[in-house]
Amino acid sequence: MDKRNRTTNVLIVGVGGQGVIMVSKVLAQLCQEAGHDVKQSEVHGMAKRGGGVFSHVRFGPKVWSPTIPEGEVDILVALEWAEGLRWIRHLKPETGTFIADCQKIVPPFACRSRKRGAEPAYAPQTPEEIIDQVHAGYVMDATGLAANLGNARAANTVLLGALSTALDFPEAAWAQVIAATVPPKSVGINARAFTEGRAWALGGTKRIDVTASGLQKSRAEVHHPQVETVVEITADWCKGCDICVKSCPERCLRLNDQLKAELALPELCTGCQLCSWLCPDMAISVTNTPVQEAAS
Amino acid sequence: MTHALRQGATEPLGAGQSRPMTGNEAIARGVWEAGARVAAAYPGTPSTEILESLAAYPAADIHAQWSTNEKTAMDVAIGASFAGTRAFTAMKHVGMNVAADALMSFSYIGVNGGLVVAVCDDPGIHSSQNEQDSRIYARFAHVPVLEPSDGQEALEFTRTAFDLSEEYDCPVFVRSTTRLSHTRSAVTLGARQTPAARVFEDNPRKNVMIPAHARMRHGHVLAREARLREALSDSPLNRVEPGDARVGIITSGIPYTYVKECLPDVSVLKLGVTWPLPDRLIREFCAGVERVIVVEELEPLIEDALKAMGIACEGKAFFPREGEFSPEIVHDGLAKAGLMPARVHAAPFEFAPMVRPPVLCAGCPHVACFMALGAIDARVAGDIGCYTLAVVEPLKSMDTCVSMGSSIANAVGMAKAGTETRPIVATIGDSTFLHSGIPPLIDAIYNDADITVFILDNHITAMTGGQDHPGTGRTLRGDPAPRVDFFALVKALGVRWVQKVDSYDTASMQRQLREAVAHKGVSVVISDRPCVLDPVRIKGPAMAVDQDSCIACQACMNLGCPAITWAEGWHEGRHKVQIDPEACIGCSLCAQLCASHSIKPADIAEQV
Repeated sequence: MDKRNRTTNVLIVGVGGQGVIMVSKVLAQLCQEAGHDVKQSEVHGMAKRGGGVFSHVRFGPKVWSPTIPEGEVDILVALEWAEGLRWIRHLKPETGTFIADCQKIVPPFACRSRKRGAEPAYAPQTPEEIIDQVHAGYVMDATGLAANLGNARAANTVLLGALSTALDFPEAAWAQVIAATVPPKSVGINARAFTEGRAWALGGTKRIDVTASGLQKSRAEVHHPQVETVVEITADWCKGCDICVKSCPERCLRLNDQLKAELALPELCTGCQLCSWLCPDMAISVTNTPVQEAAS
Repeated sequence: MTHALRQGATEPLGAGQSRPMTGNEAIARGVWEAGARVAAAYPGTPSTEILESLAAYPAADIHAQWSTNEKTAMDVAIGASFAGTRAFTAMKHVGMNVAADALMSFSYIGVNGGLVVAVCDDPGIHSSQNEQDSRIYARFAHVPVLEPSDGQEALEFTRTAFDLSEEYDCPVFVRSTTRLSHTRSAVTLGARQTPAARVFEDNPRKNVMIPAHARMRHGHVLAREARLREALSDSPLNRVEPGDARVGIITSGIPYTYVKECLPDVSVLKLGVTWPLPDRLIREFCAGVERVIVVEELEPLIEDALKAMGIACEGKAFFPREGEFSPEIVHDGLAKAGLMPARVHAAPFEFAPMVRPPVLCAGCPHVACFMALGAIDARVAGDIGCYTLAVVEPLKSMDTCVSMGSSIANAVGMAKAGTETRPIVATIGDSTFLHSGIPPLIDAIYNDADITVFILDNHITAMTGGQDHPGTGRTLRGDPAPRVDFFALVKALGVRWVQKVDSYDTASMQRQLREAVAHKGVSVVISDRPCVLDPVRIKGPAMAVDQDSCIACQACMNLGCPAITWAEGWHEGRHKVQIDPEACIGCSLCAQLCASHSIKPADIAEQV
């Protein structure tokens, strides 16, 4: 189908506070000034609370649905790596373009496991395996580029620069709308951020630069020696104040019939030593002894 | 608070200009263009921005106010209508439950100045406690409900709603949904009208609903609905878009855009008014097509009405009755009906995405409150607000949440049931307390319930994005206002045990709560710290973790603070922790929990 007669779909995603709405407003304004019908749809509410944020921008001669059907996204712009992966299924399989900042925002929810050797439950996919599967893909250090210019918060404008290479609007029109949208004090840095992002993305249809993000960190290193945990509670010193029972993250301690603390659920104990640190009577000692692996 | 509000009222844009506007901004513009003089609302996602946008219009044109709850807002609008001016109120779907009492009677009374109610439903439950369909309220109250499909219609339908209201002597609904309210599209603006000046109309038989008058008015209401039903068959609000006659689709609102996305050439009856339904137009349309399909979000209101009219049609056989529609869902339904091929989308990416649930902010004053409730092992009757997030990991210390203001009376019932061995605490935010927490607190005192009420005062309506209320000392337009003194208020109601606590002091928080629950009868604890986001973003000096002394116990992780994550370093097989200095506001809760005293203000930590 003729590109001019169909709707173009851009999905912009990230985490609350990153500037997803600013990116989509710039794009929507640009499209409207170019004479397109435009719809831009987002959902407010929980966005401020650290949840994912997304904004659909659709433009063309006549736009019906405010949201983009799954698999119809022409360009996916991700201000955060894992948020990009959340929406990548929505990308048009044959022709879609994926533009992502390699920036990682690890939510507290990803750091919940107390098991020894636990790694954050953050998206394990590498940029290489993702880029291999898309038509065009850019994983860039937008935050790093913006920080070098003097303000990491201009990362969203760096991504706008990259986005500009995938759409048919004149560079001057982009610059004009960005200047009119951002606060007057930051017009200069945003102009440079746009130029940097655009230049970077013009360097090929598949590019990866994740030097700053740690996305390629080796996972071979083992930090979790097997340890044997022994919890000793000196009953004579314990006065049953309940502090250890209340503060144990695993709730594996309790007071027995004599109101003395005891380790009721040893299988849950992670050896964190919090009880021994907090005991006002120094009645608890926790020792973690590394276990030599006999077989190897 | 919207950007426009921060800037204060400006000269409204002139007629003829085209601007990208959200559905909510367009509704507000429609209210202004209709010449309305009074608007009132209580904030509620997705309706909040309507009143915020109205407040950006000149105060000389329209009085716009936050009211304490939706019923109060409705009654304020009704009063303005009695007084002869055009009046407006906006609310979310569940707000309609609160306002319904006034609406039901006012439908009998009818209007003097036109009265329009914007009600914003939340299919998909993006930020609500249910997904009820407000069109059923319109049917229940015998009032018309207009359903725009885009920003332009949102403006025009709102303007038209005022004319309908005066012509048919009834309040009129404009129904939006989250998708329409929060979608920006091009809107061409019109000029502000000057409605004919009216004054209060002395007519007790119409304005005073005693039984004798109400019996007479009921007949008027039913006759009015019949007249509307007939007139709406010829109204441009409802339109037939002729196409392939093998199938005719009847739809409205946002689902109309999905139908057009999927089947641009099909015959469509686009209903701009979904109650009362235009019988004659529907019969004509259905007679001209071989098969009738109804595409409507949530309840089968249109479908059931068609079936009652004896018209064969299909709808919920193909489309879900729950959740928000999308182009995909409408495509699937139309495919199930045999009208288009099924979707094929072979996405190569099959992995499950990482979970990123919403969390309480870094430094949120609610956090310590719920830590303390966990520590005293309370049975917690919760309420509506940001703090409802305390139900999930890691705080996990809220046991119930029903509707605005439910917490206190729920706690009374739990106490009176006599089955609970744990102390019973009701938690309620400042704005929710003013909305509907005061009558149940009086109930608790009057009936001597042994409960503790924990008022979480963060000085703002936080969940909806930072709106003022009578406890903030400012009005919707930012003007100074008398400020409710919660301490004096609960004292005056007769509570004998009242204490204020600092939300950033975990020890005193726990001590006060222990004392409060030990008190027999009603005790009230008021936590007192402002929201870190609104009205001003709070940013104090950040805390830092001494990586040498951190023992990786991760006790601080139990706060669920988004500024605290795992560091690169390890201690005995567990990650040490780190604090993002950009996100940390320096509330020091984590430092208070740290057993190894490894968390200190960043500037001090550097010097050591």
